[in-house]
Amino acid sequence: MAMSDAPMAVPDEMHAQRTAPPGTLEAAAATLADAAPEKPPYVRTRAPEWLTRVIAMALGLVLFICLWSVIAKTGDRLPGPISTWHSAVEVFSDPFYRKGPNDQGIGWNILNSLGRVGIGFGLAALLGIPLGFLLGRFRFLSDMAAPVISLLRPVSPLAWLPIGLLVFKAANPAAIYVIFISSIWPMIINTAVGVRQIPSDYMNVARVLNLSEWKVFTKILFPAVLPFMLTGVRLAIGVAWLVIVAAEMLTGGVGIGFWVWDEWNNLNVQHIIIAIFTVGIVGLLLEQALLLAARHFSHGEGNA
Amino acid sequence: MSHFLAIENVQKTFESRKGKFVALKEINLTIGEGQFVALIGHSGCGKSTLLNLIAGLTEPSAGVMILAGREIAGPGPDRGVVFQNHSLLPWLTCFENVYLAVERVFSSTESKAQMRERSLQALQLVGLTHAELKFPNEISGGMKQRVGIARALSMEPKVLLLDEPFGALDALTRAHLQDELIRIVGKTGSTVVMVTHDVDEAVLLSDRVVMMTNGPAATIGEILEIDLPRPRQRLTLATDPHYMALRSEVLRFLYQKEAAIAA
Repeated sequence: MAMSDAPMAVPDEMHAQRTAPPGTLEAAAATLADAAPEKPPYVRTRAPEWLTRVIAMALGLVLFICLWSVIAKTGDRLPGPISTWHSAVEVFSDPFYRKGPNDQGIGWNILNSLGRVGIGFGLAALLGIPLGFLLGRFRFLSDMAAPVISLLRPVSPLAWLPIGLLVFKAANPAAIYVIFISSIWPMIINTAVGVRQIPSDYMNVARVLNLSEWKVFTKILFPAVLPFMLTGVRLAIGVAWLVIVAAEMLTGGVGIGFWVWDEWNNLNVQHIIIAIFTVGIVGLLLEQALLLAARHFSHGEGNA
Repeated sequence: MSHFLAIENVQKTFESRKGKFVALKEINLTIGEGQFVALIGHSGCGKSTLLNLIAGLTEPSAGVMILAGREIAGPGPDRGVVFQNHSLLPWLTCFENVYLAVERVFSSTESKAQMRERSLQALQLVGLTHAELKFPNEISGGMKQRVGIARALSMEPKVLLLDEPFGALDALTRAHLQDELIRIVGKTGSTVVMVTHDVDEAVLLSDRVVMMTNGPAATIGEILEIDLPRPRQRLTLATDPHYMALRSEVLRFLYQKEAAIAA
């Protein structure tokens, strides 16, 4: 082979091979093999996945704010992002002031709303989850409940408010009652579906081992249903947090919903927008917390 | 031969929309203590139905089944069942899965420490001491099936019922677990009824192969005594003329007498 025909890329190796005595061709081959890893391996550099996601999210938010300021500029009713920001800094700088029954800091408003949601939702969970287990376990009960549930579930939560006011004769329990009635359905339904969808294998294990009802519940039913139940809880919390704003607008008192209505009466639009963002952020946090809990309790067999 | 497990004139019919469907009829079978019996037949012949009847998961429409002098009425821990798809509870560790069964049987007579020891011994028997604290989704299919066997054996059942226990495993793992089962049953002397559709598995493992006719209204066609000496070695049997003869006997039944109707 003539030198001029050799590829330009590997002159050193070619030289080594040519000058080596005939007996050491293997040695030359070995040096070839040794030389190969010395070249830095070609690595495709690429931004990590989380970074691209963060960038995408940030871009979305920036676009949203741009759109908002454009809309705010074209009319003169809607406050823009900057004036809203200044107002928010002011509102959140003193979240826990009290200047009378209808003028309290945003912290109190949020806490009061969360308290109502907590009580109403908690009662709904206490009743709805066991009810879901019963409906899932016993076909007859489920058939009994089916017409009532399908009739009442699609009713708008606020339609229950007059009934609540009539029964409890006070605004606060009526609001809690509305939360209760609107958040109980997802928990009943999801728990019941979860119980019904337990793989028959698990129930066969229970039968073959002849486990007691208590063992069946603690070792099989409950863990198998838990992911479904948590989905129900997550949906219920979402509904409850949606409904509380509307309920409080009607019932009054301290709460984020009534605050929105109050600021509308004061024509303080910045505060309304702040309230919208606050409601959104609190709802997001609640959802994320429950998703985290659900991930913790899911058990890698894909029935989460 | 003692009549440890006796099945007399058992029939099973299912009610369906088209009317009655006779799955099994005139099943008569006696199994001696410590015997290993394989049920073989084409799919749909009702061999799993028969096993479920013995397990007590379904009730016979007619006939009686007697285990150690007692009529079988419903499932019970005196029959350890290994399901085809392992059926371990995914939220319990391997140890806890076994312990659940041990606790059911021995909690009235033994201390917690004794029951723990029992569960560990069962896992040791199937060679899974190291996987004690692992969850089922962290171990292989073959290991899951071994935990299933450990769970069934840990209850010290009178009969071990295996429903195509290795059907879902690859051929190499299956062979390995068959050898394991030979070793374990040799040690415990358990009475075993195993459903299989694998001719080699049936002949290699069992004392008797019960061959079932095609459904509907399936029944026992022939029973073949497998008089190969134990312990059995897979490799030496592979060229053993007697083994080959027994094997072809089963094959002849399955593919000539009871050729699958719509394979």
